[in-house]
Formats: sequence, C-alpha cells, structure tokens
Amino acid sequence: MAIPRFWREIPSRYNLIGSKCGNCGTLDFPPRVVCPRCGRRSVGKMERMKLGGRGKVVSYSIIHDAPRAFDMMKPYVLAIVEMDEGVRLTSTIIDCDPGEVKIGMPVESAFRKLGEEGEAGVIHYGYKFRPAL
Amino acid sequence: MRGVSVIGVGETQFGELWDKSFRELGIEAGLRAIQDAKIAAENLDAMYVGNMSAGKFIDQEHVASLVADYSGLTDSHLPTIRVEGGGACGAIAIHQAAMSIASGVHDIVIVGGAEKMTDVGDVEANEILSSTTDQEWESVFGATFAGLHAMMARRHMFEFGTTREQLGAVAVKNHKHGSLNPNAQFQKEITMDMVLSAPKIAEPLGLFDCAPLSDGAAALVLCAREKARRFTDTPIDLISTGHASDFIAVHDRRELTTMDATVIAGKRAFHAARKTPNDVQVAEVHDSFTITEIMAVEDLRFVPKGKGGFATEDGETALNAKISVNTSGGLKARGYPVGATGVAQAVEIVRQLRGEGGRRQVDKAEVGLTHTLGGTGGTAVVHLFARGD
Repeated sequence: MAIPRFWREIPSRYNLIGSKCGNCGTLDFPPRVVCPRCGRRSVGKMERMKLGGRGKVVSYSIIHDAPRAFDMMKPYVLAIVEMDEGVRLTSTIIDCDPGEVKIGMPVESAFRKLGEEGEAGVIHYGYKFRPAL
Repeated sequence: MRGVSVIGVGETQFGELWDKSFRELGIEAGLRAIQDAKIAAENLDAMYVGNMSAGKFIDQEHVASLVADYSGLTDSHLPTIRVEGGGACGAIAIHQAAMSIASGVHDIVIVGGAEKMTDVGDVEANEILSSTTDQEWESVFGATFAGLHAMMARRHMFEFGTTREQLGAVAVKNHKHGSLNPNAQFQKEITMDMVLSAPKIAEPLGLFDCAPLSDGAAALVLCAREKARRFTDTPIDLISTGHASDFIAVHDRRELTTMDATVIAGKRAFHAARKTPNDVQVAEVHDSFTITEIMAVEDLRFVPKGKGGFATEDGETALNAKISVNTSGGLKARGYPVGATGVAQAVEIVRQLRGEGGRRQVDKAEVGLTHTLGGTGGTAVVHLFARGD
C-alpha cells in the first residue's frame, strides 16, 4: 500500500476520530462527508469527534487462514466492536487467549503496530482492542 | 418497455483448469451459447462481460474487447462492455444487457461472465477476493473475506440458535447437488463429519463452509421477447430484476444477520413481476459461504428470519423439496469463478425451466430465481425467470 494512502488516514487510525452529523447527531466512524441518514441536509455540518475508545464485541471470528501481512499473527481474533458512542468498527482483539473472547465482552482500544511496507519500509500503526481493564 | 427472453445458454467446465486461459474460457462459453441459440455471430448487437478482477488475477484489463476479438467478432466491430461489481458483476451484466434490449437499442445481446483465478496462488487469490470489502477500514485491520462472513455466522448462531451442523448441512446438500452436475468443480458427495473435521479457516467456518477458487465461464444469449420464437421453441423470459446496494463494510450495516441489499433486491424483483416467493420452485442463491445461503433463503423470504439453518437441516431446500435451492451445486460445489457466477446461475435456472436439468431436474419448474452478491453484501441482484409459454 502506498505511504500517502495510509498517512492521510492517520487521525482516525491513531486517535479514533469520527464525525458527528450536525443535523441528526448520529456518529460515524471513519468520518463521513455526507450523513447516510440525512443526505444533503448534512453537507457542511459534519463535525469531527473523537471516540472514547471503549466498547463491546458484537461478533468475532478466530482467523486461521490469513493474508500475508497477518501471517505471523495467526490464529488471531477478528471482531466487530460497538463503541460506547454507538458506532461500530472492525478490528482485532489482542492481549488475551482467543478462547476468552465472547459476544458482549467489554473491550478498550490500544495503540499498536498494524503492518509495515516490507522489511525496511514505513511501519503502520493504529487501533486494536483488548479486554477492558 | 420490451420484454426480454433467454434464447441460448452455455458454460464451461468449472474447476482448476490449468490448461485453459481466460480468453479460451470466455470463447468456449460464448460459442456454446451462440450454438444453443442457433444464431450466427452476425446476429449479435452487443456483448456484455461480467468480470471481477482480471486486472489482478491475470494482469489483463480491457477484457470485453479481448473476448470479442478472440471469438472472431472483429468483423462486426461489436460494442463490448465489461461490468464490475464484485461477485455480482455477472448478474449486473445480465441486467445491463436486458435494459439495452428493453429500451429498443438492441435486439440480440450476448452476456458472458468469466474469471480465471488459479493463475495466482491461493493466498493471493484470497487477498484479491478481499478487495471487494472495505480495504481501508476492514482489510487493513486484519479482516478476511471468510472472516467477515464468519462474524455474520457467529452472530446468526447467537441470535437465532443456528448450529454448526446447520451451516454444514448447506455444504452437504450442495455437494450432493454438485454430484449430479457434470460441469461442477466438485462432483463428490461429502459427509457432515468431513465438514466438521475440516481445517478451520475463520471460526466458526471451516474449509467446507467456503466456496472454492475456480476457473470458468458462462454465457447467455438474450433476445427481444417479440422475436425470441424465431430462434427457439422454448424461450425463457427474464420477467424482472431487483438490484440494490448497501453499506460496503459489514460493521456499518443495520444488522449482521440480514443483508438489506438482498431484502430490497428481492422485494423489487417480486414486486415488478407480481410474484411472491411461493411462486418460485427453483433458486440459485449466492452461497459463497454456508452462512450466506442461510441468510439468502431468509432474506428472500423463502423461510422466516432465523429459520434458514433449521430449514436446510430439515431438507426443505434440497432438490425437489419445498424449494430447490442451488441445484447446480451452488458456488460451493459447482465452483465460484467470481465473474462467471451470476451468469452461471442464470444458465442453471434456464436449463431447469426448459426441462433440461437431467438428473437434477426440478419437477414442474415454472418460475426460477437467481440471487447474486457483490462483496459481503454491498450489492445484491435478484433475477426472476419464467417459462415463455
């Protein structure tokens, strides 16, 4: 993946920056330019908003057949997390045994390495989730 | 608008076809469809080709023109259109071709669908399949195509009590159907024990819950309904199409256990044709994973929400049961050359409605349905077909 392609998403990947519709108040992550619920009425009213980083597991899968970039991590837990603010995102659950993950489990975000551009390339960082302390 | 009928169908063998190139597959399916329609190449007004990702699989773009060229159609300088839409591209190509006839622009159009997936290794092929998901907000974080569907399965089990064995029942059924299809990639029956003991891919899904990587092509010849009887005694009418989109990322959807794109596409198709799910005897649905067939039969309202697994386990969706689902073997056993899929599903339905289903013929098949997904459900297309007599 080209470096700028990752770089321009850094605010959301490092700090969980989403958007709030100034019209209906609904949150989206990553930030959107147009609210999926309000359409045209939301244009120009989408404010940036930082998520708190806590949520719960909506569903999960233990991945055994992984893409090359994740080969060293397998088996790992892929999950959809619903943040306390109501918005959902996809991430991995770390710092626990895969067998401990359950639907409804409280989790919190952690800043971790996501990947790299080859052995000598740029390292990508972003959010993963761990069981809430 | 004018009605549209299918007057010819053709497909290749599906499987790991090391000896055949992309263009050879496209030509083979196309020529069979033209031969079946008993038309000459000069009768064609246009060609539509469904193809997901030849650019990534074989490093070749501009494939519609390529297939027309190697099919010997350069003299007629046909307009050719390649359609992309993830796994739904073949089904969308049919819709586009049908609209070109319905509008009066064209009279006879060939629709092809093709994919050559085994020229890359399986890890790379799976990464290419994942490119129909949200690359920036799913794949970057470790999501795989199987993993995203596994999370739908896990949630379906949690909400409705669907069991691991019910998921497996889809694979067992479709392999049984595939054993009756001489063009299927897998023509051997499998047992529940084989499904449950297979290597894990993305829990709760194992190897037999996933459609394979395949090479293959399929083609249809579509004709204005008013002219169809000049070419065949058994025209099959494309009576309606529903085409819908949804959030591309699974986590943004209203629910994990319902594909709204399927629900809406199904409603649109049934409404336009003034039919209900009860009118359908045979359906080809998008079983890229066992869970997607369970969700499809629910979302198309063949069974109540949450009962897809139970209905499959009880045999309600087997050949000549309450509704015959995936008589070709489905994506699971017939194979899943992505671009060919929507067209191959239509080929199967046309054969069933003509009464050419052979050992897998559905009794009294009058109305048939195809359901094709793009990505993890960001696109869904439903076509309804009926006998033209």
